[in-house]
Amino acid sequence: MRKTKALALAALGTTLTMGLAACGGTAGGGGNNTGSGNQGTGASGTAFNDAYTKLVNASDAKGGTLKFALTDEPDSTDPGNTYYAWNWNFSRLYARPLMTYQPAPGEEGLKLVPDLAEGPGQASEDGKTWTYKLKKGIKYDDGTEVKAADVKYAIARSNFTSELTDGPKYFAQYLDAEGYKGPYKDKNLDDFKGVETPDDYTVVFKLKAPFSEFDFLVANPQSAPVPQAKDTGLDYEKNVASTGPYKFESYEVGKQLNLVKNENWDPSTDTTRKQLPDRIEVQYKQNADDIDQRLLNGQIHVDLGGTGVQPAARAKIVGKPELKNSSDNPYTPFNRYAMMSTKVKPFDNIECRKAVQYATDKVATQAPWGGPLGGDIGSTAMTPTTVGYKPFDLYPNGADHKGDLAKAKESLAACGQPNGFETNIAVRGDRVKEVQVAEAMQASLDRVGIKATIKKYPSGDWSSQYAGKPDFVHKNGLGIMVAGWGSDWPSGFGFLSQIVDGRFIKDSGNYNMMELNDPSVNELLDKGIQTTDTTARNEIWSEVDKKVMESAAFMSFVYEKTLLFRPSNLTNVYVHPAYGMYDYTWLGVKQQ
Amino acid sequence: MVAFIVRRVIAAVLMLAVVSAATFAIFFLIPRALGQTPEGMASRYVGRDATPEAIQGAVKRLHLDDPLIVQYGRFAKGIVAGEDYSLGPRKAECPAPCFGYSFNNNQPVWPTLLDRLPATMSLAAGAAILWLIAGVSIGIVSALRRGTALDRAAMTVALAGVSLPIYFTGLVSLSVFAYTLGIFPGGGTYTGISENPVAWFQALVLPWITLAFLYAALYARLTRAGMLETMGEDYIRTARAKGLKESTVVTKHALRATLTPILTIFGLDVGLLLGGAVLTESTFSIPGVGKLVIDAIRGNDLPVVLGVTMFAAFFIVLANLIVDILYAVVDPRVRLS
Repeated sequence: MRKTKALALAALGTTLTMGLAACGGTAGGGGNNTGSGNQGTGASGTAFNDAYTKLVNASDAKGGTLKFALTDEPDSTDPGNTYYAWNWNFSRLYARPLMTYQPAPGEEGLKLVPDLAEGPGQASEDGKTWTYKLKKGIKYDDGTEVKAADVKYAIARSNFTSELTDGPKYFAQYLDAEGYKGPYKDKNLDDFKGVETPDDYTVVFKLKAPFSEFDFLVANPQSAPVPQAKDTGLDYEKNVASTGPYKFESYEVGKQLNLVKNENWDPSTDTTRKQLPDRIEVQYKQNADDIDQRLLNGQIHVDLGGTGVQPAARAKIVGKPELKNSSDNPYTPFNRYAMMSTKVKPFDNIECRKAVQYATDKVATQAPWGGPLGGDIGSTAMTPTTVGYKPFDLYPNGADHKGDLAKAKESLAACGQPNGFETNIAVRGDRVKEVQVAEAMQASLDRVGIKATIKKYPSGDWSSQYAGKPDFVHKNGLGIMVAGWGSDWPSGFGFLSQIVDGRFIKDSGNYNMMELNDPSVNELLDKGIQTTDTTARNEIWSEVDKKVMESAAFMSFVYEKTLLFRPSNLTNVYVHPAYGMYDYTWLGVKQQ
Repeated sequence: MVAFIVRRVIAAVLMLAVVSAATFAIFFLIPRALGQTPEGMASRYVGRDATPEAIQGAVKRLHLDDPLIVQYGRFAKGIVAGEDYSLGPRKAECPAPCFGYSFNNNQPVWPTLLDRLPATMSLAAGAAILWLIAGVSIGIVSALRRGTALDRAAMTVALAGVSLPIYFTGLVSLSVFAYTLGIFPGGGTYTGISENPVAWFQALVLPWITLAFLYAALYARLTRAGMLETMGEDYIRTARAKGLKESTVVTKHALRATLTPILTIFGLDVGLLLGGAVLTESTFSIPGVGKLVIDAIRGNDLPVVLGVTMFAAFFIVLANLIVDILYAVVDPRVRLS
């Protein structure tokens, strides 16, 4: 009880901080902390975590080149074919979806505002038809005007083709478009009945069932318009038709992307982005430690991935106050957790699952993520930056979070396994942190007689062949699976539906690895998504969270946090809560 | 000589055919033998939320449901005659030699390899010149001054060079010379020689030195050992007895004999590096063949891994051929006929 209160207070503190920031206005309204330090030293007169709650180094100065670097490369630069959070953030520089997130730190940033659309979607009474009016005069970089048919085409190509497979398929799931073969097989767009365009500025979405969070779906870059004549399929990523403040200058796949100003972007139609740097350069496939070095030296401005610095740089930043004051420690959208299979013995008995909840030393499982800087110890399925989140802890495991062994033993006895049992922990073997978490868990459980064997599987086939394949899980007795999940949009439904809805249990590629198929959870999810009142809906998400945790099959290790570094020559910096990283559409550079 | 070269070229082509079959078997036959399904393989090329239909689409597009012999035949035919791939509303041409198509980065493999080759060649050539000159020189001096402080110091440095991994020396050199002293540019600054020769040179100095440090150390030790052995030979004593100058004895007689095995290793090393200096390119973020293959391995991009393997095998075979021909030049006792 005491710890529940402590958690509640901690979360309240976070919320208040975010709320206060929000009260300070949007990102553009705050920010009198103009940095003036030396390049790369980070001595900019700002404090640790400043950009989490307010705009740092505010400046409307134009010019210069904003430089990003990334250890990887995007799945695709095509807004319709990407599933990376950082790319959803970055692609807004050249692609405008119907809706987008308000540019503000804290809770305000989780609110949606119109982007390509004039206003939020107008739902029909039955909640199955959503209508959006487009702003007039929005142009592509070639000067042609955006039409409603381009939005319809964008939805069709991104969700109904077998070539563009990297992005989510929510529109295919929810739109009433049975039998549609997709625009590459069926060139007649009129055959796509899931979206209608009665005129050039109206887009009407026809849904199979009511979906009250549809505005969140169209905030996905997949609703950014694509002219059918310019679609080159998988090659479209090499020259995307831009509607944002920047357009493609050149793109060498796997090496470099250069963006320049889009002269046909009209700021009067766009209240959420800025166009400060003259040019944006992105280097892909860069050495992770070298990116940090360049970041600390001010040679690049942002690590595009937004996943934070490496351990070496982290130690350096934490050890030097002037560097630490130029860093931020935001939540990412990720919860790092273990799921216990409700179909693998003895975890088909809830008491055995509870025993694991109580016995786990959560300080030890937090350590691989980097201790408190890597995340707060978790106790729920939803994360603190998810709309509808409420803190609670059904399985308090000691005041110090190191495990309540007495309670664990009680649960073991209730499970009929008083001396413990044997099980397997499945983990992605090439993910060092997750392996370390599994080892910490193994040591924790051993204290109450639960002997766990760690089974390592390759991450590439993790979902399709191993932990995401129930048949494999059952045959190999994978009782515990270490995993993580980040929401596609920051609401309870966006976070929970794919991982807790029993109807989403798939033969392969399954993310509900615990195979929880609780009718009350499924019904609540349906009820929530049909509830139009936001407050009532958020209450339902919280209820779903509680139901899931009551099953004891889900155990959160940490609500992941990351350590971002902002060089002093980077201006207009704040952490956008919808992405858990800096808002890439607001950044500017201080010219040397 | 011509007959020798023709024989070796035919052998090289056969060798490459064997390598292609073996690598294809490793990447496609063995996984299938271990129970991997076509859908499982296709799932690597689709997103995390791919529908079964999308996975089936990838199976069809990549012909993963064909018998393996048919798949290999298509791969081999692509190398000779090219192949087309569907990108949705249009097809992508992959002209011969088509080493496959990467569906991770939507590019044919062969142009990608060619695009990455200049960076790798720049790195390998510069480093090879450095290590050959430095390694052989140090080895000679060390052998001629055997047992002196100079010899011991040189061999200590050589031991360090052999022992320290490139990712360590590379990151340390970047930290010191690029980010602390600011003498050289940092990582990720590689520029093509045709775009900006000065920037090209500046960006490669540290990678050259880092890579050459490892190899020079090896070559110094090899040269020293070879020279010490050769200098004890009867014909060296005879040369000295004839009254030849010591410099002539060393360069014309001892060094020539020592260089023969070194040349063999040099050829193989350069051939290997042209297939990608993985660690150096990764440490300095140089977009070369080595960086390409390591990224492809991480991303399960089998067509690229297969292409780079063939590419690397080609250079090793080529290097062997050149070394064999050069043998005759360096060592008159060798006759190619």
